[in-house]
Amino acid sequence: MEQNKYLNPYIAGVLLGLVLLLAIFVSGRGLGASGAIKSVTVYGVEKIAPSHAENTKFYQKYLEEHNNSPLKNWLVFEVAGVIIGAFISGLTANRLALKLEKGPNVKTNGIRILGAIVGGFLFGVGSQLGRGCTSGAALSGLAVLSTGGILTMFAIFGGAYAFAYFFRKLWL
Amino acid sequence: MAPLVNEFIPAQIDLIFAFFIGIFFGYILEQAGFSSSRKLVGLFYGYDFTVLRVFFTAGLTAMVGVIILTHFGLLNIDLVYINPLFVWSAIVGGLIMGLGFVIGGYCPGTSVCAAAIGKVDAIFFVLGGVLGVLFFGETYNFWEGIYLSANLGNPFLFDTLGISRELLAILFILIAVGTFIMVKKIESKVNPENNNDPTPKVYYKYIFIGIVALIIILPFMYNKKDYLLKKAQDTEFIKSQKFEMMSVDEFAYRIWDKDKKLIPVDFRSPVEYKGLQLPNSHNLTIEALFERANYKKLNKKEYQLVFLANDELTAKKAAFVASQIGYKNIFVLKDGIGSFVDNYLNFKPHPLPPDANKLVKDTYRFREVASKDLPKIIEESKPKEVKQEKSKRVLGGC
Repeated sequence: MEQNKYLNPYIAGVLLGLVLLLAIFVSGRGLGASGAIKSVTVYGVEKIAPSHAENTKFYQKYLEEHNNSPLKNWLVFEVAGVIIGAFISGLTANRLALKLEKGPNVKTNGIRILGAIVGGFLFGVGSQLGRGCTSGAALSGLAVLSTGGILTMFAIFGGAYAFAYFFRKLWL
Repeated sequence: MAPLVNEFIPAQIDLIFAFFIGIFFGYILEQAGFSSSRKLVGLFYGYDFTVLRVFFTAGLTAMVGVIILTHFGLLNIDLVYINPLFVWSAIVGGLIMGLGFVIGGYCPGTSVCAAAIGKVDAIFFVLGGVLGVLFFGETYNFWEGIYLSANLGNPFLFDTLGISRELLAILFILIAVGTFIMVKKIESKVNPENNNDPTPKVYYKYIFIGIVALIIILPFMYNKKDYLLKKAQDTEFIKSQKFEMMSVDEFAYRIWDKDKKLIPVDFRSPVEYKGLQLPNSHNLTIEALFERANYKKLNKKEYQLVFLANDELTAKKAAFVASQIGYKNIFVLKDGIGSFVDNYLNFKPHPLPPDANKLVKDTYRFREVASKDLPKIIEESKPKEVKQEKSKRVLGGC
């Protein structure tokens, strides 16, 4: 069976904007993603090495802010929904498949996997400093016109354009 | 008034709501093609600008919605999470994320979405994200300086730039439309086989023009808050209104009686308020009456709110605005707080006229007694700490 075509980006944009608006209207906050990764990570550290979590400022601060239950968090529930929603979309559009996607000139899967891990790693670090990622800082920040979010947005996209040339072999 | 959380929706239900919001979020991301890293990074190499189109359309749609809801008083932006501004941390963090974007091909949200439909590279990206957070946690001391430096609070960009919210919104919309036109040209140059033009047809252009027009006329449209504040400045109008009044003697008696139901709402300046802080009182500005937290705190069935200021007229203005918003059981202190100070706190014994009736004599006797007790009662009631009268923003962010 053939894959269904993607949704028109402008229509997708309006729909996504309405979902974001609904989140702001009901919960008083925008969408996010990296926060959930952080919650799960801190939860893992606390379960595996509780004394270490207790002695490290970063985890300690986070656990304190979240009443020692990092998984009872808006973003964790939201990202759980993202997984379900994306899965439903992939199912209905015939796009469910275990697949490693890479640029046409990337010779081995190893290079792509390494790239993905390094990219994820950089996002993990950068989203802590930026207090949010493309969703939580850039998109949601734009919606409420917050200086902090929009500054991070420009830094993300500006940075990506600045560095794109050096990694063109990965994609072109 | 929105956000609905806390007021109408308990925190537990909010988490369930988050789950459903996430389903829509994930569904739309996948439908738009955000589950493909090659499609995502196309933006940075000029062959596919899907991300840019979806991203800006979404951000600006929500922005327009927030502006309209805020304008009509349906959404209290003071309670919405506004990303804090830590200048250096935001820039360095953003640049690191930008680097991660072109190396990894995803951002966190899209990687989760792609992993959900089986993209193996996305699963490794999420794993990398966990390692990145761990690394940051373990080396937090190294980052702390920059992480916490240059904290400028939670400003809005229109305040930072010193322009109006509406003007900034229009600028962003114009920039976005210009960019959409430009990227179409780039796309067809870089990728000539791609003749799949997603640009909206003429019909949509009218929607766009309509939105811009709406934002332009929005500031001139009816707004309950501005209307009431303006009406309150109309002295003749306020004088023509009827208010429940409370005499200074009843007011003093009930403070003296330590009546917990009596809530003085003081509209003097914070400095004056600090100088004389009555028991159970709140210091507000007329604008603060619109804040949800104050409304919730003061609007209780058993309370009797006594509005007071230096003069009776100011208290009446506030009482008018409050009653229009929906505050109940409002009284206005007759003759202002000066009368209370003169007749009680600065009470001076004086002879009564020989023909004084019983009421005048009784009142005099009460003033004489209460003037000794009231300073003590007021002193004892002073709170140890200054009360925080602002309601809290939603705690958010990543």
